Amino acid sequence: MPEVRDKQISLGLSGITKVYPGAIALNKVSLDIRSGEVVGLIGENGAGKSTLMKILGGAIAPDEGRIVIDGDVVTALTPARAGKLGISFVHQELNPFSNLDVTANVLLGREIRKGILGFLDRASMENKVRPILDLLGTRFGPKDPVSELSLADQQLLEIARALSINVRLLILDEPTSSLTISETRRLLEVIRKLRDDGVAVLFITHRLAEIVEVADRVVALRDGRNAGELSRNQIDKDTMVRMMIGRDVSKFYEKANHAPGRPVLEIKALRTRAYPHQTVDLCLRAGEITCLAGLVGAGRTELARAIFGIDRVEGGSMEMDGKALAGDSVPDAIAAGICLVPEDRKAEGLFLDFEIMENIAMPSHAALARRGFVDLDAVTRLAEASRKKLQIKASGLNRAVAELSGGNQQKVVLAKWLAMNPKLIIMDEPTRGIDVGAKAEVYHLMQELAGQGVALLVISSDMEEVIGVSDRVAVMCRGRISGILSRAELTEESILRLAVG
Amino acid sequence: MLKKDIGLATLVVTVGAIVAMVNPRFLSPINLANTANLIGLFGLFSIAEAFVIVTAGIELSIGSVIALLGVIFVDLIASFGVPWPMALAVVLALSIFIGLLHGWLITRLKLQPFVVTLCGLLIYRGVARFYTKDGTAGFTFGSDFPMLDFLVSGRTAGVPHSVVAFGLVAIVAWFLLHRTVFGRHLFAVGKNVEAARYSGINTDRVIIQAYVLCAFLTGISAVFFAMYTRSVQPSSHGNFYELYGIAAAVLGGFSLRGGEGSIVGVVLGVILLQILQNLVNLLGIPSSLNFAVMGSVILAGVIADTQFSRYREVRRQQIAMSALQDSEHR
Repeated sequence: MPEVRDKQISLGLSGITKVYPGAIALNKVSLDIRSGEVVGLIGENGAGKSTLMKILGGAIAPDEGRIVIDGDVVTALTPARAGKLGISFVHQELNPFSNLDVTANVLLGREIRKGILGFLDRASMENKVRPILDLLGTRFGPKDPVSELSLADQQLLEIARALSINVRLLILDEPTSSLTISETRRLLEVIRKLRDDGVAVLFITHRLAEIVEVADRVVALRDGRNAGELSRNQIDKDTMVRMMIGRDVSKFYEKANHAPGRPVLEIKALRTRAYPHQTVDLCLRAGEITCLAGLVGAGRTELARAIFGIDRVEGGSMEMDGKALAGDSVPDAIAAGICLVPEDRKAEGLFLDFEIMENIAMPSHAALARRGFVDLDAVTRLAEASRKKLQIKASGLNRAVAELSGGNQQKVVLAKWLAMNPKLIIMDEPTRGIDVGAKAEVYHLMQELAGQGVALLVISSDMEEVIGVSDRVAVMCRGRISGILSRAELTEESILRLAVG
Repeated sequence: MLKKDIGLATLVVTVGAIVAMVNPRFLSPINLANTANLIGLFGLFSIAEAFVIVTAGIELSIGSVIALLGVIFVDLIASFGVPWPMALAVVLALSIFIGLLHGWLITRLKLQPFVVTLCGLLIYRGVARFYTKDGTAGFTFGSDFPMLDFLVSGRTAGVPHSVVAFGLVAIVAWFLLHRTVFGRHLFAVGKNVEAARYSGINTDRVIIQAYVLCAFLTGISAVFFAMYTRSVQPSSHGNFYELYGIAAAVLGGFSLRGGEGSIVGVVLGVILLQILQNLVNLLGIPSSLNFAVMGSVILAGVIADTQFSRYREVRRQQIAMSALQDSEHR
């Protein structure tokens, strides 16, 4: 492998255009980055950040435009070529090889061999990986099996992998979306250190606070075009939001005051599979937004899955509108008026290849059908009404959901549940990976639903969101509810104190 | 009708035309009726297979089930003197039981469909051979079932009843798969079983229903085949039929990953495969090459399909790009 670590890098993209059927992903976009700077790349979902990143990684070729690296025009950039040039990625979507250990994952494809038979040189490999893990301050070691790592640790593993080559340009796509606060801080420190070592860092995130903290320069994209640039001393949150969405979001979190109504769901001494020895008691009321805060792995998703009937409950009882809910059947939960917007919308929320219309109608088919036959008119009407209500941006309701941006995909998931007129909506990380504009719309929808007397349980790891939208916050820690905070008591510190137990 | 189906229909007509040109006997009433009869017989279980494949499953025991149920059907009538409607009821009840068993093993015990039905393939074949002591189950000489014969092997206005049955089953299957909620659920379960669960679909029940439906149609098919051959040789009867069904479904646009396919497609697939068989006979190609011809055509079809979709993608890309440039010039 050529040693390029000490060589400075300068990379310039100009006039990059990439067109997909039905959408212009990038339209004459330019971007420059040099060694020793951290550039924050911001933009709503669908603004073209991911496409730009894929072009940098050589995964897709632009239809037009020039890529200049170290003064040379690069025509055919392939992933292998990008790697040789010292361009390294941390992807948003994690897909480690869970059947291998940490070392094997970090050095995958770049294993160190010994002897004529080319056996793996485990000792050298581990020696190479250990300092990288130390730098990141991970809790896991080089020999740990990846199957046992938490989501946050997997994210750190991905970063370790990116650092294991002689990286000159490090591109991070939403690297903190599943990290805890302390891990995030640690990562930001690592980014600063790498910059001081002369690495160029391109940092893509929706968490603007992180940009404020670490970026030297900010480049914004909007609708596939450059939407402005800020230098270090110009960076502030409001300006960035304005650049991203092209208008002021004056009331990002609107908080109407609802008086909580009658109890909708009462959970008594519930024990979930993840923490069978802890019990959870919680009462959710009509018109109230309850946020479920806590660290990753505190058992929040498992609680949601238990209520919705995905996982069998280990004990305890639930009463929905005064009637017992067994908690072992999703159809029963839906019939009782519960719905769940899952954490992983691509794997659990959507049929990506299916039409938008089909996705929206999936749970309602049985109710809309006439004697078991699908009522296509009713389905079309429902989808059309949903598109209008939630402002789903798509060229047609018969397009595949896969073609939509993250925010619009999430709206499709919301639409399919709103069609069922639920009494309780559980949302698991409803705004993860979606853009500011769609976020604001989701928050608005939450308030609207609460106003209509729907009970909401919102699981969120975004502190700002928790404090912004909730009527009260239940904090979970290692499988139990460690405290419930009223709106008046809400601060980042009070939540965090309960979250760490 | 999907674009894929139109492509396949074109292929069927083209191959048919070529065979007819080279050997006009292809279009003789006798040959057409015989080919149609085979299309009907093979079509019944191919549709059965399609219902399982759409759920991302597979059913490998179809041939063995046809042998086992065929043996039982013939033996009940010939050796035990059971009236044929009774024997039919027994066979269909058994087929439903087999479907339930497969569905139960796959959903409740979480076994892989391939493994469950592979074991079925071995077990039912073995049991069928043991049942007849490796002999042949056949009707005693001179026995006659005019009603049954007419219903299953008869013809109306020259149309074999197997074709009528196939047509009826295909129409019902089309409505079931493409127009009912159950059909939507089959596609959903096949495409993304997790998302289906999260949408409140009882995924286990849908999968079990698919295997029961498949086995039930296979049971009907078994009776048709038993009456077609009049005697059942359990070591060879129905051999490879499951692969034939899978081939027809794949040709018809069903993806083995599940969630894709159409009844029109599988019907056309069956027709194409039978025409190919016929082609081997009529064009004097050594019959030992039969499978090789079938395999080559399926391979060519699948390759053409992927190439066409790639080409369409590129075309769409170009159109989108030129649309962008037009809007910029204005």
